[in-house]
Amino acid sequence: MTTQITHPSHPPAERLAVEATGLVKQFGAARAVDGIDLQVRPGEIYGVLGPNGAGKTTMLKMLATLLPIDAGTARILGHDVQGSPHIIRQLIGVTGQYASVDENLTAAENLRLFGRLQGLSLRDARARAARLLEQFALTDAADRQIAQFSGGMRRRLDLAASLITSPPVIFLDEPTTGLDPRTRGQMWETIRGLVADGCTVLLTTQYLDEADQLADRIAVIDHGRMVAEGTPDQLKAKVGGSSLQLGVRDAGQVEEAARIAGRLIGDTAVRTPDRASFTVPLADADRAGEVLIALREVGIAVESLSVQKPTLDEVFLALTGEDTHQNSPDSSRTTGQEVA
Amino acid sequence: MTTAQIESSTTTTLPAAYDVQPRPHVGTRAAVEQTFSMAWRALMKMRRNPEQMVDVMVLPIVFTVMFTYVFGGAVSGSVGHYLPLIIPGILAQTVLTACVATGTQLREDMDKGVFDRFRSLPIARIAPLAGPMVADLVRYAIATTLTVLVGLVMGYRPGGGVLGVLGAVLLLIVTGWSMAWVFTWVGTVMKSAQSVQGISMMIMFPLTFLSNAFVPAGSMPGWLRAFVDVNPVSHVVTAARDLMNDGAVTGEVGWALLGCAAVIALFAPLSVRSYRRKL
Repeated sequence: MTTQITHPSHPPAERLAVEATGLVKQFGAARAVDGIDLQVRPGEIYGVLGPNGAGKTTMLKMLATLLPIDAGTARILGHDVQGSPHIIRQLIGVTGQYASVDENLTAAENLRLFGRLQGLSLRDARARAARLLEQFALTDAADRQIAQFSGGMRRRLDLAASLITSPPVIFLDEPTTGLDPRTRGQMWETIRGLVADGCTVLLTTQYLDEADQLADRIAVIDHGRMVAEGTPDQLKAKVGGSSLQLGVRDAGQVEEAARIAGRLIGDTAVRTPDRASFTVPLADADRAGEVLIALREVGIAVESLSVQKPTLDEVFLALTGEDTHQNSPDSSRTTGQEVA
Repeated sequence: MTTAQIESSTTTTLPAAYDVQPRPHVGTRAAVEQTFSMAWRALMKMRRNPEQMVDVMVLPIVFTVMFTYVFGGAVSGSVGHYLPLIIPGILAQTVLTACVATGTQLREDMDKGVFDRFRSLPIARIAPLAGPMVADLVRYAIATTLTVLVGLVMGYRPGGGVLGVLGAVLLLIVTGWSMAWVFTWVGTVMKSAQSVQGISMMIMFPLTFLSNAFVPAGSMPGWLRAFVDVNPVSHVVTAARDLMNDGAVTGEVGWALLGCAAVIALFAPLSVRSYRRKL
């Protein structure tokens, strides 16, 4: 017997992978999740972005049948989460924030156990465990107890454990929190691979660049509410278009250069903390060339020039009025990177 | 490292599984298989943490020796006369002590990340609870065997012979397994392993000491005797004594088994309900 589920070969276009309406979770007086609507389409990576305590994990746990839903409805591939939790559990793979594997067992034993629990024969469970260990580069550590595993190895094993029965929908709760940059990159590749395989991935993250890199669409969550949703580009566009940042060689000429650029582009140039440079909103990147030509004509030498899209950090600040840094010190490390 | 391998392995090793529709419920056979998988996990855990076996390996020896020499003369006139009375009583006590660990260990286990995964899997809700209890049969077997061996070394010669002793041990293991459901329920209700331990001791001590396990009820005041007489532990101990000392299967065995069935019928559903509610 088996409860093996594989991806439906051709899911109807109108059937959403994950659909939530007015999702609410109340903890005492506090509403951890306060009426969230969610539509995740099959085959996409959907990122739920928010600071610590925004309600991301709570929302994910409700969708994964790990927490009762206080109000609202949720459906996964058309099945009601509250009404048929057992069916939902056959459709999803869940990887939690903390490694949900057994410390007392070896990597191979863990995978075999989860395979057996889900109805694989002993032989199939062994074969599947060996395959997954190989795929996640854990074959050498197969017979080691998890207690000796590094953080990255645990995460990999954890994700492997969620894939035993190739569930069509994967929930990942902060899949790279606490991982070093190299291991993070590997995890991103693995997640992209899942989608290439036909899975739908719903992941939470507090890393802005992670959502930007991975997600097809992003929901920004704060205090249990969704404050914005869209593709990474749409979200950035909400905050404004690109901007031209220009530095001049002679700091004494920066005022004049800023005036010229502002006049040509038709917007106000703003001096940056760096004395010799300024930024000006740039709706049309073509205008940058005109500015350069005009500057050369009046003999102002340009030291540096860049056209920047807003970072998701700026998006977050604009949408929630909160600086993400105070909530998640870790994110400062990653938000420094440019999102171009 | 391509994820395409997932697909190929799925189709090559599990062809029949492809395109299977989700099942609405867990079947009984699947639930039993899942329980045994969970029991296997618990056994592996025992094997790798042998220190968890201290209670069933050391306590039976300590209690048997201590109680026999401390109470023997006072209760029965001599150690030798006390042994037929005390050994079945100690058996009951060690088995019940072993049960308490079932609840505390479950509570500890449930706080670990792996239980989140168990909850998210399409498995019978009873499997994560019943699995460790099946594995705990090993613990009960160790505790009872050691107690009987220590008794034999101290000069106990059970009149019921091998069969009588086996029968008594079996009855006590069944009792222990049934009573473990009470502590499993406590484990699913309480918030920490410490509180499980505390509550379980509060249940365990009155049950074992306010019974006929260590002294005959005859010397107790009337109100206490009234409790001792209805205490299920007294019935189990009496049944075990009859089996071990006389090889007699008395009506007490029936009462003991009936009590066990009642405990399971009440606390197994309560445990599953409480575990499910925590989801």
